[in-house]
Amino acid sequence: MKYKLGTYAVAAMMAASPVMADLVFPSLSYRTGPYAAGGIPFADGYADYFTLLNERDGGIGGVETRVLECETGYNTEKGVECYEATKGEGSLVYQPLSTGITYQLIPKTTADGIPMHTMGYGRTSAANGQVFSHTFNYPANYWNGASGAINYLMSQGDIAGKKIALVYHNSAYGKEPIRTLEELSEKHGFELMLVAVDHPGQEQKSQWLQIRRERPDNVIMYGWGVMNQVAIQEAANIRYPMENFIGIWWSGSENDVLPAGDAANGYKALTFHGVGSDFPIFDDIQKYVVDAGKAAGAGDQIGTVLYNRGLYAAMLAAEAAKTAQEIHGTAEITPAMMRDGMEALEITEAKMTELGLPGFGPSFNVSCENHGGPGLIGMTQWDASAGTWSLISDFSETDMEVIQPLIDEDSASYASENNIEAGC
Amino acid sequence: MFYREAGDFSTTYPQDSQTFPIKFDRYRYYVVLAVAVLVMPFVMTDYLVNSIFLPFLIYAIAAIGLNILTGYCGQVSLGTGGFMAVGAYACYKLMTAFPDVNIFFHVILAGGITAMVGTLFGLPSLRIKGFYLAVATLAAQFFLVWLFNKVSWFYNYSASGQINAPERTVFGIEVTGPNTEAWATYLFCLVFTVGAAILARNLTRGSVGREWMAIRDMDIAAEIIGVNPLRAKLTAFAVSSFFVGVSGALFFAVYLGAVEVGEVFGITKSFLVLFMIIIGGLGSIFGSFAGAAFLVVLPVVLKIVGVDLLGWPTDIVAHFQLVIVGGLIIMFLILEPHGLAQLWRVAKEKLRLWPFPH
Repeated sequence: MKYKLGTYAVAAMMAASPVMADLVFPSLSYRTGPYAAGGIPFADGYADYFTLLNERDGGIGGVETRVLECETGYNTEKGVECYEATKGEGSLVYQPLSTGITYQLIPKTTADGIPMHTMGYGRTSAANGQVFSHTFNYPANYWNGASGAINYLMSQGDIAGKKIALVYHNSAYGKEPIRTLEELSEKHGFELMLVAVDHPGQEQKSQWLQIRRERPDNVIMYGWGVMNQVAIQEAANIRYPMENFIGIWWSGSENDVLPAGDAANGYKALTFHGVGSDFPIFDDIQKYVVDAGKAAGAGDQIGTVLYNRGLYAAMLAAEAAKTAQEIHGTAEITPAMMRDGMEALEITEAKMTELGLPGFGPSFNVSCENHGGPGLIGMTQWDASAGTWSLISDFSETDMEVIQPLIDEDSASYASENNIEAGC
Repeated sequence: MFYREAGDFSTTYPQDSQTFPIKFDRYRYYVVLAVAVLVMPFVMTDYLVNSIFLPFLIYAIAAIGLNILTGYCGQVSLGTGGFMAVGAYACYKLMTAFPDVNIFFHVILAGGITAMVGTLFGLPSLRIKGFYLAVATLAAQFFLVWLFNKVSWFYNYSASGQINAPERTVFGIEVTGPNTEAWATYLFCLVFTVGAAILARNLTRGSVGREWMAIRDMDIAAEIIGVNPLRAKLTAFAVSSFFVGVSGALFFAVYLGAVEVGEVFGITKSFLVLFMIIIGGLGSIFGSFAGAAFLVVLPVVLKIVGVDLLGWPTDIVAHFQLVIVGGLIIMFLILEPHGLAQLWRVAKEKLRLWPFPH
C-alpha cells in the first residue's frame, strides 16, 4: 500500500509533461522478445519515414510529426498500458502490429474516438466500416491472403483433389484464415489439412513429421517471429520442396529465410506491397535520415521486407493525415479528423510516384463502407544466392465472393455482441 | 517512539485475538482502507487504473491465492496461469450463458469452478512432493492452456479463438466492456481484493491455517499429531484455486476485456505470480500485496524513468527491466528469503525500540 504515494508522484510527472503542438504517431513497437526479429525492422521503417518528412518537408502540412515509441514485447498487457500511456498525448492513429493487441484496442479506440490502422493483420472483419467505425485494415487482410495463395496455386495448375496444409500460429492471428480456406476447399475441391504450432514455435518437430507423413502438395504458413525460421529450417530438413511452400506476408522477410541458408531457395511469400530498395524514396532516406545520423534503431534494416512495410504503413498514415488536413482546413488535426482522413483516403499511382514509391503498392480508395481496401495480392520468391526477394506475379484480385459473406457474418456477430448499430 | 504498544492493553479475549492487536497498526489499516475507498476513486484516471491499480489489485488476489498454497501449505505450484485461465473462461461462459445474472456472482462462481478444478489437480499432491509436485502442476498449466485453445466450446466457437467480455453492469454502472469509468472498475476490483485479503487472513489465523502450516513445516509430524493431510492439502488447493480463479475472472472481464489463452495465461504468468510471492514474502498476506505492487509498479517506473526522463531507446529499457527483476529475485533469495514482508517486520521491530535500541 505504501507504493501509492509513489504512483501519485509518477502521475504528477506525467501530467506535468508539456503538450506540444505536433502530429503524434504512436508506435507500439516490439524490439524485444521472440517476435523482435519482425518488430524491429517495421518500427525502424515507421520511424524513419516520419523523420524523413520532418527533415525534408518540415512535417505534414507544415506541422512537425513526432513518433512516440512504446515497447510492447508483443504482450497484450503491455500493449494496453502503452495505449493508455500514449493516448493522452493527442495520438492520431494506432498501429499495434499485433493481432492480440488489436483485439484489445478495437473497443477501446472506438470508445475513445481514436482511429486504428491494422495493415494486413488484426480482425479481418474490421473491413466492414459500417460496424467497425474506427478500425481500418486497408489495403489487404488475412482472408485476401488465404484466397490469394489459393488463386496463385490455381494459376499454376488444377488444385482439385490436391492436399493443402495450413501451418499456423495457434493464436487469434493464425486461426483467422481457417474459415476462408475451408470455404475455398469446398468451392475448389482441394483437401485442407490443419497443423497448429503453439507460441512461440521454437519446437516444430512433430508438426513437420506429420507433414512428411501426409505429403501435402502445398503448404501455406501463417507464422510470425521465431516460428517462421524454425518452420523453414524444418521444411528444409524433411526436404520439402520450397517452391510448394507459401508464407503469408508475415512469414516472408529476410529474417525468416536467411537462417536456413541455400536450403530456403525458392520459398514463396505473399505480399501487398513492393520489395527491395529500388525506389527513389530510398535516395531521400539515405540523404536526409541515414547520412544525418537520424536513422531509427541500428539503421541496418533499410530496404528489407518488413522495413518497407513499416515505411508503407507510415506513408499511408501520413497521406491520411494530409487528407484530413485538406478536409478540415486545419494543419493541426485531432484523432477524430484523422479518422475522417483515413476514411477518405485515396491512393493513386500518380500520388505514389510523387512520393518516390512508383508501383510500390496498389491504387485504392477507402470508403465508409469498405475499410479494407481492394485486397490485391502479389507473390514474392526468395533467391538464396542473390539474397533478395523478387515479385513473381502481379497484384491481383482475390475471391471476394467467398470473403465478403464471411466479413459480413463476422462483423454482424460483433455488432450484435456489442449492441452496435451498423450504418454509415 | 512513533510505533509502540505501551499503554495498549487488551481487556477481553476478542481484543487480544483481533487481526491487528496493536492500536497503531489498526489505525494505519483503517486509514489505508479509507484512502483506498474514499479518496482514490476521485483521483483515478484511465492511465492510472489500467497500468497500475487494476493489475495491482488483481495480481494481489492471485498472489494471496498462491501464497496460501505455497507460502502457508508448502505445496509448490507452477499452474497459476492455467488456473487463472479456468477462472477467465468460466467467467466468460457464465457471462454469455446467463446475461441477466450480475457479474459479481459470475466472478464468485468462476472462483468456485476453479476451486473444483484446482482440487482435482491437487490430488497428486497426496502422493508426490516438492519438485515432483511442481512438475505435476506444470502439466496442469500446459494441459489447461491447450484445452482452452483446442476445444472451441470454451470460446463459443468464435473464429479467432479469442474471448471478449460483453458489457455488464453493477447497480447500473458498467464494470466490463470498453465504456467503463476508471473509478468503477477500480472499486469493483477493490471490493474483491479487500474481501479476499480479509478472508485469507482469517483462514490462515484459524484452525485450517494452522493445519496448512503444520503440513508445510513437516508433514509426517503433522500427521502424527492428528492433522489429516488429505483434508489439509486439498483445502489448500481449493481455497488457493478459488482466489486464483477470481483473479483470472477479473483479469479477463474487467482488466483486459479480450483474452487469448496462450498469450495471456501462459507459463510466464505462473512465474510472475510466483516471483510476486517470493519477493513479497512467503506465508504473509501483506507480502502478497507488497510483491504484487512491486512487480506491477517496477516496470512502469523503470519505463517512465528510462524512456520518458532519460530518453533511452525502448528496447534497452525493456532489457534492463529483465536484468533488474532477475537480479532482485536472486538478491531476495540470498539476502532476505522472507521477502518484503520480513523487511517490513524488521522495520517495525526497530521502530518499536527507537530511539533507545538497548
